Amino acid sequence: MMARNNAGIHERPPLSNARLGVLILLGAETMLFSGLIGTFLVFRVGNVTWPPPSHIGLELPRLVTGINTALLLLSSYTMFQARRAIQKDHVKQLRSWLLITGMLGLLFLGVQGSEWVQLIHNGLTLQSGVYGGIFYVLIGCHAVHVLTAVIWLFIVFGMAIAGRFSADGYVGVDTCTIYWIYVVALWPILYVLVYLL
Amino acid sequence: MHDNEHTSHHHEESFISKYIFSLDHKTIGKQFLIYGLIMFFVGGGLALLFRWQLAYPERPLPIIGASQQYMDEGEVATGADRMWERIYESEKEEWLEVNMPNGVIEPAFYNMLFTMHATIMVFFVIVPILVGTFGNFLIPLMIGTRDMAFPILNMLSFWLAVLAAIVMAIGFFVPGGHAAAGWTGYAPLSSDPQWTGVDWGQNLWAISLLIQGFSSLVGSINYITTVINMRAPGMTFFRLPLVIWSLFIVAILLLLAFPVLTSALALLIFDRLAGTTFFSATAEGGGDPLLWQHLFWFFGHPEVYILILPGMGIASELIAVFSRKPIFGYRSMVYAMIAIAFLGWIVWGHHMFQSGMRPGLGSVFMTTTMLIAVPSAIKTFNWLGTMFRGSIRFTTPMLHGIAFVSMFVIGGLSGIYMANTPVDIFIHDTYYIVAHIHYVVFGGSLFAIFGGIVFWFPKMYGRYMNDTLSKIHFWLTFIAFNCTFFPMHILGVGGHMRRISNPMQYEFLQGFEGMNIFITMSAFTLGFAQLILVFNFFWSMYRGKVAEQNPWQVNTLEWEAPTPVPHGNFGQIPTVYRGPYEYSVPGEEEDWVPQAQPEHAPATSGD
Repeated sequence: MMARNNAGIHERPPLSNARLGVLILLGAETMLFSGLIGTFLVFRVGNVTWPPPSHIGLELPRLVTGINTALLLLSSYTMFQARRAIQKDHVKQLRSWLLITGMLGLLFLGVQGSEWVQLIHNGLTLQSGVYGGIFYVLIGCHAVHVLTAVIWLFIVFGMAIAGRFSADGYVGVDTCTIYWIYVVALWPILYVLVYLL
Repeated sequence: MHDNEHTSHHHEESFISKYIFSLDHKTIGKQFLIYGLIMFFVGGGLALLFRWQLAYPERPLPIIGASQQYMDEGEVATGADRMWERIYESEKEEWLEVNMPNGVIEPAFYNMLFTMHATIMVFFVIVPILVGTFGNFLIPLMIGTRDMAFPILNMLSFWLAVLAAIVMAIGFFVPGGHAAAGWTGYAPLSSDPQWTGVDWGQNLWAISLLIQGFSSLVGSINYITTVINMRAPGMTFFRLPLVIWSLFIVAILLLLAFPVLTSALALLIFDRLAGTTFFSATAEGGGDPLLWQHLFWFFGHPEVYILILPGMGIASELIAVFSRKPIFGYRSMVYAMIAIAFLGWIVWGHHMFQSGMRPGLGSVFMTTTMLIAVPSAIKTFNWLGTMFRGSIRFTTPMLHGIAFVSMFVIGGLSGIYMANTPVDIFIHDTYYIVAHIHYVVFGGSLFAIFGGIVFWFPKMYGRYMNDTLSKIHFWLTFIAFNCTFFPMHILGVGGHMRRISNPMQYEFLQGFEGMNIFITMSAFTLGFAQLILVFNFFWSMYRGKVAEQNPWQVNTLEWEAPTPVPHGNFGQIPTVYRGPYEYSVPGEEEDWVPQAQPEHAPATSGD
């Protein structure tokens, strides 16, 4: 063996290509949200009153969204359980945990959708100055990511039903977990910034 | 998910899967090259159009504008007149008639020309060729693997880029014309149609760049994963050739920078199509036009280094190979590139000295910008140190490499002037800036691209490019380039604003008429010189002298692969025993020691 020359190169890299690829993708996602969060902060800091005078009296649904936040955080726990199940080769448990996670994600989106309908009724639209604009774009961008994660998760769920995963091979579950956890972890930041501050 | 293993045996492929929707990194690299060259001529053609206008304002274009006699008297004198008469007859109120009535470029059309020239050159020529072509072709070959980590994403990256180019091209033909707010798309010029009269052109511009963003996203994920995970045995990070280092760093920059532009473009599209007011200071509850500049340049400055770093990498290869010496200070070269990439994130404000910024903040950006001179100087001195007392072979690629270093030094030095806020207040928005960017991106990146094409052509197509034509192309380009862009420094110091369609309207610029004519003639020479390159490229592809496996005697792994490189690249994956630049090692018989050559041991023993 040419141990000295080959030091640092592993026969199998510590992270498989797919896992590494998803992690790298998260770097780009972070920068995308940085741009939007930065925009939000510019407007938030640049306005003395927030919401601006034209929308005084308008309340974002903090309580409902707070409960919704808890739902989403719960889904990261169930996602973890799904991953642990397949690590132990419990395919049936994997399926049920995945289903629960997906349902929680859908519930989150449903609650948020009904909130939006309510807000539009109360007069907060995309055209309501930067207050409404950045609210819908930033929260909407996150919602699109949750939707992507849910679709991804149901594809993984379908693959689980088809028996494609085992304790020896569960890259599909892993990559979906990474993405799911990221999307969930992003939400409390947005909740605090947009709803509470 | 499949394992990383690929099968190396050949399998028959149809024409479509081999040349169109190919998954092979080499084919995708070549596709990006053809794509980039086509767009290079589109972008260059736009430049020649507005150069004509700058030298001969309000005068009909040659060829496109019919002859003077016909214009003046409506009489048909020549065959060309007859042809154009027919076209103009059918063109009343059509594209030519609107944009170039009687062959004269309209001011609005002029705005569109320079906007699209820069947009196409930056997003559709330099990045696709530097990153798309050389990244795809070189990364798997030089790190010693069979293909990219995600071949399907790789194909997707190319076809998304094609889609982006198509969307961008459609913009030329929509009512209202194409985007005309400059390639930087400053709001509110870009965010509100009432200022430029451009409607769907600007929308398509933004949508096309969004698509291009997705293309570079999947591309960069692919590059980073491949470099981290798929290096050949023995290929440690500090044995990577510098061009791979530069592409790796650039992939990280692209990955992190482009999403910021994506967010800005999304906000822009909402402003234009959904009635939001993010970039409008006048609307009630509206936002801030400066926000666009911050977002754009936060992307834009790393983008500048995306345009130059791979050029630095290519030049490092060329200079080491043809000086027959190890690159001077390999590790400092790597650290300098990392430093440039890092500093690129904290200097964006130097584009905005004139946009309204706290003076204190301006000096912070001034300082960080000047800091970039340090790693850039390290690189320059290392290139000179590499050439110093080397046995230099003045091949065409080497000429391009030397041209890269010289032109980059001029561009870099003029950059230091602009980094100084007080100087920038004077030369901001003048031709000095135009000279600077072209010395860096044309004089730098494009010479590296030309050198890289000539250098790797034997590996890409198994033939040499015709050397006489290559040399003629080099010298014509080099001379015409300097004649075109050097006088722009003088124009700039003389106060010649950029982005004006008719300098003769200003009394203090009328003295520059002669210089503008000289620049335009040089620019046309420069443009026609590129036809030599393209002719040589396609001619040599079929008729060039057949090249041996390693014609330049290079150490790096791509020359270990047979020529032409088969699907799967290597018969057996090579093992790497040394760094990439062991040239003229004392005691060795040859003046080069390939990376895959074992240390004084028989080839592969079975231990």
